[in-house]
Amino acid sequence: MLFYLSKKALILLVSLWCVVTGTFFLMHAIPGDPFIGEQNIPKEVLDSLYAYYGLDQSIWAQYLKYLKGLLSGNLGVSIIYQGRSVNQFIREGLPISAQLGLQALLVSIPCGILLGTWAAMKRGGWQDWTAMVISTLGVSVPNFVLSSLLQFFFCIQLHLLPVARWGSFEHTILPTLALSALPTAFIARLTRSNMVEVLAQDYIRTARAKGLPLFRISIRHGLRNALLPVISYLGPVSTQILTGSFMIERIFAIPGLGQWMIYSIGARDYPMIVGLTIFFSTCLMVSLFLVDILYSLLDPRIRVIQPKLEYA
Amino acid sequence: MLENSYSKDAWHRLISNGPARFALWTLAILFAMAIFGPLISPYSYSQINLPLKNTPPSAQFWFGSDELGRDLFTRIWWGARISLFIGITAASLDATIGILWGSISAYAGGKTDELMMRICDVLYAIPYLLVVILLTVIRGTGICTILIAMTCTGWINMARICRSQILQLKEMEYITSSRAIGASPRRILFFHLIPNAIGPIVATMTLTVPTAIFTEAFLSFLGLGIQAPAASWGVMVNDGLSAMRYYPWRLLIPAAMITLTMLSFNLLGNALRDALDPRLRK
Repeated sequence: MLFYLSKKALILLVSLWCVVTGTFFLMHAIPGDPFIGEQNIPKEVLDSLYAYYGLDQSIWAQYLKYLKGLLSGNLGVSIIYQGRSVNQFIREGLPISAQLGLQALLVSIPCGILLGTWAAMKRGGWQDWTAMVISTLGVSVPNFVLSSLLQFFFCIQLHLLPVARWGSFEHTILPTLALSALPTAFIARLTRSNMVEVLAQDYIRTARAKGLPLFRISIRHGLRNALLPVISYLGPVSTQILTGSFMIERIFAIPGLGQWMIYSIGARDYPMIVGLTIFFSTCLMVSLFLVDILYSLLDPRIRVIQPKLEYA
Repeated sequence: MLENSYSKDAWHRLISNGPARFALWTLAILFAMAIFGPLISPYSYSQINLPLKNTPPSAQFWFGSDELGRDLFTRIWWGARISLFIGITAASLDATIGILWGSISAYAGGKTDELMMRICDVLYAIPYLLVVILLTVIRGTGICTILIAMTCTGWINMARICRSQILQLKEMEYITSSRAIGASPRRILFFHLIPNAIGPIVATMTLTVPTAIFTEAFLSFLGLGIQAPAASWGVMVNDGLSAMRYYPWRLLIPAAMITLTMLSFNLLGNALRDALDPRLRK
C-alpha cells in the first residue's frame, strides 16, 4: 500500500513539474515581449519596466524566481489588469465556479446512478433503450451547443428563466443543467455496465434462488458493488466539469474563473494564462490523486491487483 | 482465411445493430456532402452579398444566409470538410504514435516497458484541454497547430489500449513458434501482433474522432481555432449565438451538424467495440 501511494505521489510531482516547466518555457518562446507594440516607450522606461518584472535577468534566474514564487503560492501578476495578481482573480472567481461545479455534481451523480441502474435492471427493454439514448446524446451534444439551445428555448422562446448573468438561484439553473449533462451521461453509462456485470455474478443468482424480489436484490446487493467504481469516476467527472465551465461561464456571462481564463486568452495576457493553467492543472491532478487513494482505500481488491495488472 | 471470416462476422454483427446502421448512413451522407456540397452550390463559402443578409432558409439560400449574406449551405459543408479532416487526421496521428509506443513498450517488457509507461502516466495526468489551449495561444491559430496540440497528449489512450492487447497476445503459442523459427521482432510486431490487436485499435480510433471534432469546434468557438473567413462549425455556432433571438437558423443548423456528426461517430465506435470484441469471437 505504501509503495503504491508513494509511486502515485511521485508521478503527481513529476507531472506538476512538467506542467510548470513546460508552460514557463513555452511562454518565453513567444517572440516579442508584453511592452512592445505600445507607442514609443523611452528606453529608460522600458529598462525600468524590464527590471520591475525581472525580465532583464537570464532565463534560468527568472525560472528559479518563478519556481520560488509558485512554492510560496504566488501565481504572478496580470499584465492587462495593472496591479492585480492572479491570486486575486482566483479569490474572486473560485467561489462562483465552485458553487456551479458543486451544483452540477449534485445533479449529475444521483441522476446518472439512477439512470444507469434503471437501464441495467430492465436490460434490453424500452427503459434500457431510453436511458442509453439519453446518455449517448449527453456524450455527443457539445456543452456549448447544449447551453445555446437551452438559452434559446427556455429564455427566448418560453421566457421562463433569465438568459444570463449571476445573482439569484434562478440564474444558476440553466448553467447547472448544461454543465451536468456530460457527467450525467458518463456516470449513467459506467453505472449501467458495472451493474450489468455485477448482476451476472453468482451471489446475485443465489439471492434470486432464495426468492428475493429483483428490485431488492438490485438495490441491496447489486448497487452496493456496482457503485464502488463511481468513486473512480469522480476524477474524470471533475475534469469534465472544470473544462465545461470555460464554455458555460462564457455563454451565461458568469464571473467565475473559467470566464477569466477565456478573457485572458482573448487579451493574450500571458502571465495570467500561465498562472491560471498551473492553478487548474494542479487542482485537477491533486483531485485525481485523492480519488485514486480513496478508491484504493475503499476497494481492497485494487491494492492487491493493481500494481501488477495496472495496464493489463 | 480466418482473418477474412473474422471481419465478415464482425461486419454482420455491426450491420445487424440498428444505431450502427443509422451512424453509417449518416456518415456516408456527411462525407458525400462534404465532398460535393460546395461543388453543387452556386456560391463560394466567403462570397459576401450584403443586400441579402440574414435571409431565412429559402429556395435561393437552402440553409439561409448570415450577417454578411454568405450562403450557409456552402459554409456548412466547408465546415464539414474541416471537421472531418481534423477528426480523421487527429485520430490517425494518435493511432500511429500510440500503436508504436504501446506495442514497443509491451513487446520490450522489463525496464523499457516500465520507463515508457511512467512517461505515459506523467503526460496522462496533464489536463488535455488546457494543453491544447496553451499551445494554440502560444503557437498561433491554424489547423496545423490544432493537430499538434491534440496529438501531444491524445496518443496516450491508444498506447495504453494497444499495450494491454499486445501483452495478452504476446504469450500466445503462434508468437512463440514464429520466434522459434527466427522471425525478427519487427516482423513479429507488424505482421503478427498488431494485426491481431486491430479490433480494439479501430474502435478506439473511431471514438477519438468525435473528441477531435469537439476540440476543434471548442477552440474555434473561443476564437483560437479556424479564423474567418474560413467556415468552421464552432465559429458558426459562436456567430449564431449572438443572433439567435431573430435569426435562430444561424444557431440551430450548425449546432445540429456538430451534434449529428459526434453522435454518429460515438454510435459507430461503440458498435464497433461490441462487434470486434475478442470475447465474442470464440
